[in-house]
Amino acid sequence: MNPFTYRRATTAPEAAAAAALPGHRLLGGGTNLVDLMRKGVEHPETLIDVTGFSQQIELTPGGGLLIGGAVRNSALAAHPQVRRDYPLLSRAVLTGASAQIRNMATVAGNVMQRTRCTYFADPAASRCNKRVPGSGCDAQGGFTRYHAILGGSSACIATHPSDMCVALAALDATLHLLGPDGPRALPLSEFHRLPGDTPHLETELRPGEIITGVELPPPLPAMRSAYRKVRDRASYAFALVSVGACITVENGHFAEIRLAFGGIAHRPWRATRAEAALRSGPATPEAVEAALKLEFAEARPLDGNAFKLPLARRSAAALLAQLIGETA
Amino acid sequence: MAITINGTEVPLPEDPRMSLAEFLRDGLHLTGTKIGCNQGGCGACTVLIDGQRVLSCLTLAVQAEGREVTTIEGLSSGDDLHPLQEAFIAHDGFQCGYCTPGQICAATAMLRELAEGMPSSVTGDLSRPAPLTAEEIRERMSGNLCRCGAHNGIIAAILQVAQEGAA
Ligand SMILES: Cc1cc2nc3c(=O)[nH]c(=O)nc-3n(C[C@H](O)[C@H](O)[C@H](O)COP(=O)(O)OP(=O)(O)OC[C@H]3O[C@@H](n4cnc5c(N)ncnc54)[C@H](O)[C@@H]3O)c2cc1C
Ligand code: FES
Ligand code: FES
Repeated sequence: MNPFTYRRATTAPEAAAAAALPGHRLLGGGTNLVDLMRKGVEHPETLIDVTGFSQQIELTPGGGLLIGGAVRNSALAAHPQVRRDYPLLSRAVLTGASAQIRNMATVAGNVMQRTRCTYFADPAASRCNKRVPGSGCDAQGGFTRYHAILGGSSACIATHPSDMCVALAALDATLHLLGPDGPRALPLSEFHRLPGDTPHLETELRPGEIITGVELPPPLPAMRSAYRKVRDRASYAFALVSVGACITVENGHFAEIRLAFGGIAHRPWRATRAEAALRSGPATPEAVEAALKLEFAEARPLDGNAFKLPLARRSAAALLAQLIGETA
Repeated sequence: MAITINGTEVPLPEDPRMSLAEFLRDGLHLTGTKIGCNQGGCGACTVLIDGQRVLSCLTLAVQAEGREVTTIEGLSSGDDLHPLQEAFIAHDGFQCGYCTPGQICAATAMLRELAEGMPSSVTGDLSRPAPLTAEEIRERMSGNLCRCGAHNGIIAAILQVAQEGAA
């Protein structure tokens, strides 16, 4: 690990000002950043600990919930309001990592966590366009079990590994950011970028901006939601494929449907095409099947992850069938 | 600029690169805490910070400034073993013992989380406290791997202590 200095910020504006300085990086729980520093992937000169503020979960005037960026993943999953009104979020967070890691990991750090692509994490022996722009991508033609089937590019096929973000996408969450030009808000589904030619640019966060919180809109009446995660072992493993969904059904039709996938793309994948095809239409297996086919029409699976295409479709179909059953 | 470790205040290491695990073992010779993978994947380095279980390999020692760290050495007093330690012996909850300090630190915090009603991913009904079952304990302890495969003994030991409410 390269030498660095460490200090604690006590307010969001102080952290944002520090984040604008060269070589400075924000430190949440450190479960991703410390690991990547030890592996020689990240080389900050100064770490700004941001766990000392933005620690609350509060009701918003509109009846939603505002979750501070420094709230720990375990506290988020256990919060009574989250369990009652947004069980999808509790469920998704609880499937992630281990209890120890969830006690350390912050909400903002979870959103900002980097890919688990093994070639990205291996500066000694692998080429990676994300780590060294223009150097090449050893994942292409390599071990691609954990790589993208949607939205990838010839420069990068890495996936965003977060479970929490899949739930946030399906819940229509908004990120609160603070930067040199003041605060702004951005839908979570628009925050992470697709790789294109610039896989090193992973989010819409501008220099000197920090995440101060995540806002959930008020829960819809009679909304049913669930999260399903498929992985190589029953616990303590990243998703091969995961899916989160929220639906409301009226007279056998989808009044609302929000669907998101994890483990298959460079960002938490909001299935906007399938949603548009299903919204206001009949809540039937046939309609769901057709909508999922549409969603995955441009999927580009590789030899090592071709199984993900049927797996993602089947998982989503089963999850939606379960939710439709619950509304009957 | 200090950390409290097992009730004693100690000065922070000068180098912020030092992980809490390295600081405990190399700086303070508290070698009960083990380093297995050094990347968050095994749980051998589990300690408690302000009562919460965390991984000391991914914690910088400086992050623990002003906080209370409890290691396996802080759980027992002399030859008086912690109830979990007794139960691990009774149920063959280990073979080589490398993962054991992490398992026991994790289990200590896990039993408190369960008592406080925290849910896990196998909890059926999120609106109620989780039931005390082997399945719940297995899921909640999944962050601690045992290379010797003593998991069944580990779960049995923890379940017994949980049922006796002795931890
Ligand atoms: C063994 C292991 C297994 C795991 N399994 C899973 C899993 O199954 N599912 C899953 O979803 N995750 C999993 N994770 C990943 C884990 O969820 C993330 O490491 C964690 O959420 C990161 O949060 P943190 O607070 O520790 O972030 P840090 O490591 O502190 O930071 C991560 C990034 O966020 C930036 N950052 C921190 N705070 C802010 C802020 N306020 N504003 C802007 N940027 C900020 C940092 O600069 C850094 O770039 C696993 C991790 C490990 C080590
Ligand atoms: S040594 Fe810390 S988790 Fe393996
Ligand atoms: S007893 Fe050997 S690793 Fe668990």
